[in-house]
Amino acid sequence: MNHFPGTWGRPRDDVYGPYDASYLRSTGPKAHTQSPAVTGTSVIAVKFNGGVAIAADNLASYGSLARFTDVKRLRVFGNAAVVGFSGDVSDMQYIDRLLESMDIRENYSAHGNQLNAKNLHTYLSKVLYKRRSEFNPLWNHILVAGFDGDKKPFLSSADLLGTTFSAPHLATGFGAHLAVPILRRLFPEERPIDEITKEDAVSALRDCLKVLWYRDARSLDKYSLAVITHEGIEVQEDQQIEAQSWAFAETIKGYGAQVV
Amino acid sequence: MASIIGHNPHSNSIGYSFSQPTNAGNKEHSFYPYTDNGGSVLGITGKDFAVLAGDTRSTSGYNINSRYVPKVFKIGGDQETGEGAHILLSVVGFAADGLALKERLDAVVKMYKYQHGKPMSVRACAQRLSTILYGKRFFPYYVQAILAGLDEEGKGALYGYDPVGSYEREQCRAAGAASSLIMPFLDNQVNLKNQYIPGSGEGHALEAKKPEPMPRDTVEQVVRDAFTSAVERHIEVGDGLQMLIITADGIEEIYHPLKKD
Repeated sequence: MNHFPGTWGRPRDDVYGPYDASYLRSTGPKAHTQSPAVTGTSVIAVKFNGGVAIAADNLASYGSLARFTDVKRLRVFGNAAVVGFSGDVSDMQYIDRLLESMDIRENYSAHGNQLNAKNLHTYLSKVLYKRRSEFNPLWNHILVAGFDGDKKPFLSSADLLGTTFSAPHLATGFGAHLAVPILRRLFPEERPIDEITKEDAVSALRDCLKVLWYRDARSLDKYSLAVITHEGIEVQEDQQIEAQSWAFAETIKGYGAQVV
Repeated sequence: MASIIGHNPHSNSIGYSFSQPTNAGNKEHSFYPYTDNGGSVLGITGKDFAVLAGDTRSTSGYNINSRYVPKVFKIGGDQETGEGAHILLSVVGFAADGLALKERLDAVVKMYKYQHGKPMSVRACAQRLSTILYGKRFFPYYVQAILAGLDEEGKGALYGYDPVGSYEREQCRAAGAASSLIMPFLDNQVNLKNQYIPGSGEGHALEAKKPEPMPRDTVEQVVRDAFTSAVERHIEVGDGLQMLIITADGIEEIYHPLKKD
């Protein structure tokens, strides 16, 4: 111990080196999110006859650590839309508050017309684009599912750069590699959306989540699934991946310490 | 614990950690605000029309985001249907910037009509687009734009841009991922570069063919050929071809499927 009470109880400089005070700096350049911290993995969604189905698992990872295992990443907006979030969880919660306040404002307003999923997607993509243009991005890739102004099923995506695109089936993150090919094979372009039933869509999403659980190391076997139809929105939040078969794992050889 | 015994070079003075001078420099920003969404666009003018076409694939890296994301837009018309528009704009490069640019130009053209009581001329719109692009000279819209319409005389007008607003009126222009594949083809087939009148002379005496404005069906065929060829050789081009043709009668839209591989 020395004669400087300010250093008592702190890690010893002679052992650990001096404390890097730059972390406590309150002046100088403003630090924005330059990489996400706690993250959610893929969100997947598919259109069917009369609606849209969307799913995401309940995991929030901290790097490779499975940090929070009961995080709901599907957000219901009024009775019009469901937003699925992947990427940074704190930014998700910020957008969630944004949507909450907008929903309340809309419900108190006199005009009486409700925002639909298309309006909501336009709004969110502009928020994301504005933040990227300020070099302070909201680190998310989102899917918006619901109906457009003509009451037709609507599904569209927006990412942290403000890039937007729409397709009959969409997936973010790892899902873009693993789930989209499965969905494109099950529901090819030639097959009209009118032929796809709600049950087809939901079972396809469950299959995709199973593949993601097998192959995506940042995924979980507990997931949420939402189905949006003209009748309303059904959300099931504590789903479990069933009928797993890890038989394929035995055929995988040649990784890590295993040589033969 | 070797460091307890060994002399730590950082601990010459034991003091208050907060008063330590900061030796860490500014943190480097790792966020890159741009991406490339691939695709190509192409415009050709004729005597009384202009054609602006683009493929409908949207990519990020080796992924196909979607097979139908239009890159050619009607400017100054209705939000949903595009009705009443008299100018076309195509944007290729970073799609989010492209969409933002399109919406700004659209607002400008509409405001012009409200304020002046007449539609904006293509020439004025072309100059305005350049000003908008240059206004973001130090954080550019990462897009190559092409503007098309009919000029004061009713002739097809086409303006090509770089991301910071340099522009030029041209007969034809290709932009985007496969522009290096399409533009030489256009030089040869539209501007008749390296084409000579057979038997007109020897060596330097050979007389070059003079480019003439092409009829509409020939232009459409050239556009289709350009894109089917680009699809064969460029992975970011494909899925569908959207062609917008502007004439005195209005804007016509044609969609052709392209290879989806």
